[in-house]
Amino acid sequence: MNEQPKQFKWVGTRAIRPDGVDKVTGRAMYGADLSLPGMVEGKVVRSPHAHARIISIDTSKAEALNGVTAVITAADMPVADSKPVASGEAMINFKDLANNVLAREKALYEGQAVAAVAAKTADIAEQAAALIVVNYEVLPHVIDVMEAIKEDAPVLHDDMFTGGVKPKPEKASNVANRVEFALGDADAGFAAADLVIERQFTTEPVHQGYIEPHAVVADMNPDGKVDVFCSSQGHFMVRAFCSQLLHIEMSKIKVTAAEIGGGFGGKTTVYLEPLAIMLSRKSGRPVRMTMSREEVFRGSGATSGAAMTIKMGATKDGKITGAYAELYLQAGAFPGSPVGPAAMTAFAPYDLANVKVVGFDVVSNRQKVVAYRAPGAPISEYGVESVVDELASELGIDPIEIRSMNGAKEGTQAAYGVKFGTIGFQETLDAAKATEHFKTPLGPNQGRGVASGFWFNIGGESCAGIRINEDGSISLTEGSPDIGGSRASMALMAAETLGVDYNKIKPSVVDTDATGYHFVTGGSRVTFATGMAVVEASKAAIDELRARAAQIWDVDVEGVVWEDGHAKPASTNVGDFEPMSLAELAKVANKTGGPISGHADINAKGAGPAFGTHICDVEVDPDTGHVTVLRYTAVQDAGRAIHPGYVEGQIQGGAVQGIGWALNEEYIYDENGCLENAGFLDYRVPVASDLPMIDAIIVEVPNPTHPFGVRGVGEVPIIPPLAAVSNAVAAATGVRFNRLPLSPPTILAGIAAKK
Amino acid sequence: MRYEAPGSVDEAVKLLADANGAARILAGGTDLLVQLRAGMISPEVVVDIKNIAETEGITADGGGFCIGSTVSGAAMGEHADLCAAWPGVVEGVELIGSTQVQGRATMVGNLCNASPAADGVPALIAAGATCTIVGPKGQREVPVADIPTGPGKNSLANGEFVINVKLPARPANASDAYLRMIPRTEMDIAIVGAGVNLVLDGSGTCTEACVVLGAVGPKTITVADAAAALVGSKVDDAALAAVAAAASAAATPIDDKRGTVAYRTKVAGVLASRAATIAAERARS
Repeated sequence: MNEQPKQFKWVGTRAIRPDGVDKVTGRAMYGADLSLPGMVEGKVVRSPHAHARIISIDTSKAEALNGVTAVITAADMPVADSKPVASGEAMINFKDLANNVLAREKALYEGQAVAAVAAKTADIAEQAAALIVVNYEVLPHVIDVMEAIKEDAPVLHDDMFTGGVKPKPEKASNVANRVEFALGDADAGFAAADLVIERQFTTEPVHQGYIEPHAVVADMNPDGKVDVFCSSQGHFMVRAFCSQLLHIEMSKIKVTAAEIGGGFGGKTTVYLEPLAIMLSRKSGRPVRMTMSREEVFRGSGATSGAAMTIKMGATKDGKITGAYAELYLQAGAFPGSPVGPAAMTAFAPYDLANVKVVGFDVVSNRQKVVAYRAPGAPISEYGVESVVDELASELGIDPIEIRSMNGAKEGTQAAYGVKFGTIGFQETLDAAKATEHFKTPLGPNQGRGVASGFWFNIGGESCAGIRINEDGSISLTEGSPDIGGSRASMALMAAETLGVDYNKIKPSVVDTDATGYHFVTGGSRVTFATGMAVVEASKAAIDELRARAAQIWDVDVEGVVWEDGHAKPASTNVGDFEPMSLAELAKVANKTGGPISGHADINAKGAGPAFGTHICDVEVDPDTGHVTVLRYTAVQDAGRAIHPGYVEGQIQGGAVQGIGWALNEEYIYDENGCLENAGFLDYRVPVASDLPMIDAIIVEVPNPTHPFGVRGVGEVPIIPPLAAVSNAVAAATGVRFNRLPLSPPTILAGIAAKK
Repeated sequence: MRYEAPGSVDEAVKLLADANGAARILAGGTDLLVQLRAGMISPEVVVDIKNIAETEGITADGGGFCIGSTVSGAAMGEHADLCAAWPGVVEGVELIGSTQVQGRATMVGNLCNASPAADGVPALIAAGATCTIVGPKGQREVPVADIPTGPGKNSLANGEFVINVKLPARPANASDAYLRMIPRTEMDIAIVGAGVNLVLDGSGTCTEACVVLGAVGPKTITVADAAAALVGSKVDDAALAAVAAAASAAATPIDDKRGTVAYRTKVAGVLASRAATIAAERARS
């Protein structure tokens, strides 16, 4: 990567992560690692049907089994109102969430939880689960998004009428919502074009594929206080959701964040946590629940599959004059696909005068969709980046050049509403064009694809505390579960601001009783927003340190400056005082007013949008359809890389997940709507030997609203790979497939059809 | 569930025979443990055969090799003479699972597990290997091709188990190869497998051949027409095209979550022809 000139001492270094040793030695505590005295094990009973009415549930045999401590069904859970409730930045329909964690009237997908048991051992719990008799009336089901919107499709929710349509439809349907964004006049744009390309695309739902299955330990005291230990992307989210679902005051629920073995958006909701609390309440014991990998696939969220139409027009010199997208995103069993962000991001990389995007949120009998890295954007931008590639190739224009010509820059009005401030899209294109990779010739059956991607990034609520200990060491507290090395980044920003050694700072992700509300670790927000809180808390601590020095020197606080970890007189006019280090001030803190600390509780605004541009080389075996990814370069504007190693890690990981989405990942259902590949053997994420080293190139166009220029990096890198891979496959085979995944049978059939 | 680890063939046979079908044999355990954990089987007794001397080691045997039934894939891969003589057999076994799995998984386990997609089997059958079965009625020698009888089913009678596999002696200019198709590069199950064993004469003309397909039928398929196309040829383009056509014609695959009939049929031919090419190159060198 291109190392920046040294303007900082700590920011931009590749410091050792504070959580690393415990993780590589196996000491770190993940969700399933806690064991409490008297703890019992919980087990979920899941629907074997894709769509069925629950007529009755007989739990008597399970309850009678020796060793069983509790059995619960939806009857044990309060009934929630069907209305969206603000929870942080997200709007949550708690009736849907309640039904998703424990089905009440109907099971809407195979694998949906319908009951749960707790017992003294996992074996007994398993036996008890098998003794629960659920009487179902099996209903017709629908899996595919385009099947689900048909007139005669089985309707999942008879009280669901398409939103965003006027007048309100009289008939219930599987279309939950319609969204639209427009700028200028798309049709006029097409009229002005020399070449218009319109294509249909489909993508399959894909799972986040985190290595750690969901796991929780919950312990409710007799007086109603609850301790929860679980792996999630937000222990405040877990507290809020459990509080809302179970009608328990937030102050009575303490959630401790376990280490998390991957989330990628998939752990921004609850599955087991409310069940474990209910089982603990009934058992009077701590309850542990863990999902198997099979349960993770059957019972937890994927992101949407989609069908879409993308239409774009350009003049013969490559200027894009009009753009239209129609998106149908499958939401799973309850509304809430990321069709909104899919629609907003679709054309966001481009400076276009005439755009229209229409999107539909469609339910079907599949797992309820949950966030996955840049929710929606990889889907819509795959379609758009494929059409941009085809425009470039038809017009004989270099694929980077056409993006550069039309690319968004400072001042560009995006169709979804914002006018971009300082952004770095052009810089990623320039860096991609300058790579040796882009200039390297290819061999037979090989092809190169280029694609770009855009994501908003977000801010939101975060808190931080800096406590200066008596010996001058520093305890840094915050509440954003650390998925990608954020503790290291927080400590680096605190070290830089305070002017102290990184190794003097111990960052901790503390429980919900020990810090204020944090929105989830998601939206690429933690290094930006929690980082901003850390910087503000550090500055508050500095103000206090200056005040203490002023007190000791008997001068005005304005006469004391903080430089390089020391209080110093602002000028010789203030007096001739020896600078005092942070450690010296800490040592005498008891004589100057007591403990020294700084705190910040903020709602961070001004997140910086980010762009990436990827280059992918593939070789396609013309006789088997097998795709080998030969070389892959991912360029991204990080704003500022606080820890370049973890930024590269995010870029590489995102690219790999995108490559998996493009090549082999898909859910396979049988004719009854039951999942046939609920495991990593047949749900094919890429393995290490499938991939070349992903070359990550960090571009830094600082975000002016962040003290160090951070934009957020976690989500952008999953967006370009879908089109980068498929554009490369198109170049290698001469066939545009316009569907994912590009599995060997699809490719071989496409090559045969061309002949 | 009971775990037994007998130290002799006789003890093992007795344990197996007494269980009357409710026993499972544990060698590497890389199939057995997965099946146990998934709840697919619940045997009364598991008989670990790794303490039985007759199941151990790779020994030279009259120009060929005798491979014990508890020999791991990793041990086969590290045996230089075996790899030189039967590279196709070894590469098939080495495709089973991951590096970690290779340390435990056995070729005989792969054979007896009787998956139609077993990577360790097509080249072994093409090699003309036999195996030694022990049981209540004594010892018998059968071609390995007779062991799998259908998906998950084998021909072993109650009380019987395999103690070794014998690969025959090799003439000059002979070699073999195995290829499989998976969507990834490892950690996957074959959609199609093809093993080819052949012998060339001094002029490079093929004098003997055997072509065996995996994963395109309930059992492996030995494609006589493909072998016939090779014998008498110099393994040239025309012969290879005939091998591909014969293999595709012989394949009887099904549509399932791992592949389609059309795809498997076409790729069976592609892999048979490619494996023949590799085997011939090895035989010439």
